[in-house]
Amino acid sequence: MSHALHDVATGTLLGVALNYQGLLLKRVSEFEQPPYQKLPVKPVLFIKTPNTRNVHGGTVVHPGAGVSLQPGPALGVVIGKDASRISVDEALDHVAGYTIVNEFSLPEESYYRPAVKAKCRDGFCAIGPELVPREQLANPHDLTLQLRVNGELRQEDSTANFVRKIPQLIAEISEFMTLYAGDVLITGTPLGRVDVLPGDRVDVEIQGLGCLTNIIVAEQEGTV
Amino acid sequence: MKHARIRFESQIHSVTVDADNIVHLSDGRSLSEDQVEWLPPAKGSMFALGLNYADHAAELAFAPPTEPLVFVKSPGTYTGHNQITWRPDNVAYMHYECELVAVIGKPARNVKREDALSYLAGYTLCNDYAIRDYLENYYRPNLRVKNRDATTPVGPWIIDVADIPDPSNLKLRTWINGELRQEGSTKDMIFDIPYLIEYLSGFMTLQPGDMIATGTPEGLADVVPGDEVIVEVEGVGRLVNRIVSEADFFSARKEA
Repeated sequence: MSHALHDVATGTLLGVALNYQGLLLKRVSEFEQPPYQKLPVKPVLFIKTPNTRNVHGGTVVHPGAGVSLQPGPALGVVIGKDASRISVDEALDHVAGYTIVNEFSLPEESYYRPAVKAKCRDGFCAIGPELVPREQLANPHDLTLQLRVNGELRQEDSTANFVRKIPQLIAEISEFMTLYAGDVLITGTPLGRVDVLPGDRVDVEIQGLGCLTNIIVAEQEGTV
Repeated sequence: MKHARIRFESQIHSVTVDADNIVHLSDGRSLSEDQVEWLPPAKGSMFALGLNYADHAAELAFAPPTEPLVFVKSPGTYTGHNQITWRPDNVAYMHYECELVAVIGKPARNVKREDALSYLAGYTLCNDYAIRDYLENYYRPNLRVKNRDATTPVGPWIIDVADIPDPSNLKLRTWINGELRQEGSTKDMIFDIPYLIEYLSGFMTLQPGDMIATGTPEGLADVVPGDEVIVEVEGVGRLVNRIVSEADFFSARKEA
């Protein structure tokens, strides 16, 4: 992580699930059944605890045989100014800039209960390589995201396919919880998560933001 | 010994609190309970338990869980002793939850149950308010129900582990405007503190200042602006909070 990013993005890591249209649409019929009953009304949010923080070039520990580890390419929005009850029109004034997040997770079969065990393992939230100031990114809602494993393209989508755009997310979230300067909003992972294995090199590239690289390693006894 | 964080004359202090609730600053000054602004005694993540008392699970028409139901809170939702919490306009049901909280004192990874208490800084308590109108069946209980600004009073202090010889036999009680409304015992917890530390540290490193809010027994009721809500965990402390309207909360905040 660059110094600028490391110094600024020190707050809560707040994730948004189901924020890509492809992912949501694929499960519409399932989400109309129990236990969900109906589609989400508000943004579906989760917290990546501070132990999940990881950096560009950092290693991610695979949880072991029989468990799948899945990268989660996402556009990260770094809050620059405290945001409480901010309207859609004012929302971007509260953004310092953008970065790449790789929101690692174990597979989620269900969205019914909080996914702490799947999402809060040590090192499961890589952020970087840099903080790109808001002014440098003309349109954050038209960026291609690519996930490559060992150089091979495995997942691709565009932020044009968000269910909620960034100002809408900031407005709806800040209605009940303040987004503080330094918080990172993880705007969602697209459909089609893939499994990675120890030894894999995982790159997330987002147009204009560079490339965030992590290496998957096996869990070793005595190194925890 | 009880340890707290307070604000006095615009300065934040780490203090000790004696048996008469006199606050002792490190510079030798002593202050009474109502002279100081009480801050949350810890600032880490909070891992809160849902349905961790069998009677409460039954009250909500759920079967008791076979694995801990854990959700995470971030620091913006914490507030201190003697502070205010807001009830949003146009909701039907906002309820308190009196809970014993274990505070982590050193990094904990792959900790066994029998060693778990040695990883604690001590105990505190919280009032884990919920706005049930906002429940959705995605990551339930969702953040809009449980992670609202200033809607999780924590404190007043952290009390040493040695001062609570048996954390699994403590009375929990909640009063609204002086009337006892909730009463239970930590002996009815489904997953106790050592179990929860082993469970969580089995997949992640718990950090100093992280908190485990261990769930609440039955006896929930609606609270409205003007109510004084007191939660108490026997031997640990008594945490006072007052409910205000949405408009009053945000206008007070603007002035601050």
